[in-house]
Amino acid sequence: MAMTGVLRPGHAQIRVLDLEEGVRHYRDILGLVETGRDAQGRVYFKCWDERDHNSFILRQADCAGLDFFGFKVLDTATLNKLDADLQAYGVKTERIPAGDMLETGERVRFEIPSGHLIELYAEKTSVGNGCGLVNPVAWTADSERGIAPVRLDHALLYGPNVAAVQKLFTEVLGFYLVERVLTPDGAGNVAIWLSCGHKVHDIAFAEYPEPGKLHHCSFLLETWEEVLRAGDIMSVNKTPVDIGPTRHGVTRGCTIYAWDPSGNRFETFMGGYQPYPDYKEALTWTFDNFGQGLDYPQRKLHETFLTVVS
Amino acid sequence: MSAFQIRIIETGECFPCDSDQSVLEGMVKLGKRGIPAGCRGGACGVCKVEVVSGSLERKVMSRSHVSEEDEKNGRVLACRISPSSDLELRVIGGMKRSVCKQESEKSFLK
Repeated sequence: MAMTGVLRPGHAQIRVLDLEEGVRHYRDILGLVETGRDAQGRVYFKCWDERDHNSFILRQADCAGLDFFGFKVLDTATLNKLDADLQAYGVKTERIPAGDMLETGERVRFEIPSGHLIELYAEKTSVGNGCGLVNPVAWTADSERGIAPVRLDHALLYGPNVAAVQKLFTEVLGFYLVERVLTPDGAGNVAIWLSCGHKVHDIAFAEYPEPGKLHHCSFLLETWEEVLRAGDIMSVNKTPVDIGPTRHGVTRGCTIYAWDPSGNRFETFMGGYQPYPDYKEALTWTFDNFGQGLDYPQRKLHETFLTVVS
Repeated sequence: MSAFQIRIIETGECFPCDSDQSVLEGMVKLGKRGIPAGCRGGACGVCKVEVVSGSLERKVMSRSHVSEEDEKNGRVLACRISPSSDLELRVIGGMKRSVCKQESEKSFLK
């Protein structure tokens, strides 16, 4: 498909309780590439196969969770148009100047009805993936270091007003609904999976009474064997695992959920099918089958999935 | 490394916990049913306890769940504390229900 508008998840800024403990986890165990530190003390990372300077930022704070989640858009004209569209829709936006984040251009930030801060930006310095741009090599040392995901894939965010969030993402930002779980009475959606391209999801939301909560950020692996290898690496390093390795019913992706040292859940994910925006009907799970949606082999709705967030 | 005894006041149960383990790890290693270990990193608040007696080492934990007043009153997250003496504690977080339910189930089986 032609990629226009919002292209993909671009960055997530996460709060950690102990910065160096967090750095050791994301750099040495997950295997992200550290790309810089700024005057605020934030530490920047990218996944090895991402070309842009950063996709995952750690900030030390006294409570864990998500500061903001950003999407890269096609160009500056698109950024300006989406900013105007958001304002016309009644969403208050804020412009954050270029350079506030390392190697990152101007950002448009806004709060969505679930209480999360979402950002759009068009410019971020391309630093490459280390394989070269002419006659590139297939892999580098960073692609074998730690779990070594290829990119930041998506996030699942918990908060109220999922219906209003869905409306904003589909009517203003150009996302489409790929899958959903119905509320117990079947009248609404308790969880939604949204795509801006043809990945099975770029962001997901689940209904939760407290606003602004992080369920997980997800990092993409390329094979099921790499997911199993990730499980081994987690066990070697005593990383607390929540669920998996297993396969989701929702998205058909393969997964492990685990926690970083500050209690932020992260996912190592691969697979899923390839939806396109002409898929008019979202795949639908009834609430009583949510367990299969989460853990397809065990058909089990793990309590921690519903209750543990940061 | 020293081993200390941790006593859960509500149930009277004791379990051993080394000084280099978190109190939650000691509890989980009992292998009992229904101890819902959450994030184990000080963020989710599931394992909140009130330490009534004893001394402990603590790591930083999220202010979302442990206020300064909580901390002054011994209310902490079990995943972020390690014992430096025997401890007595009450379970006050999300795992309270299953810790106490487990005891009543055990009594039923006797």
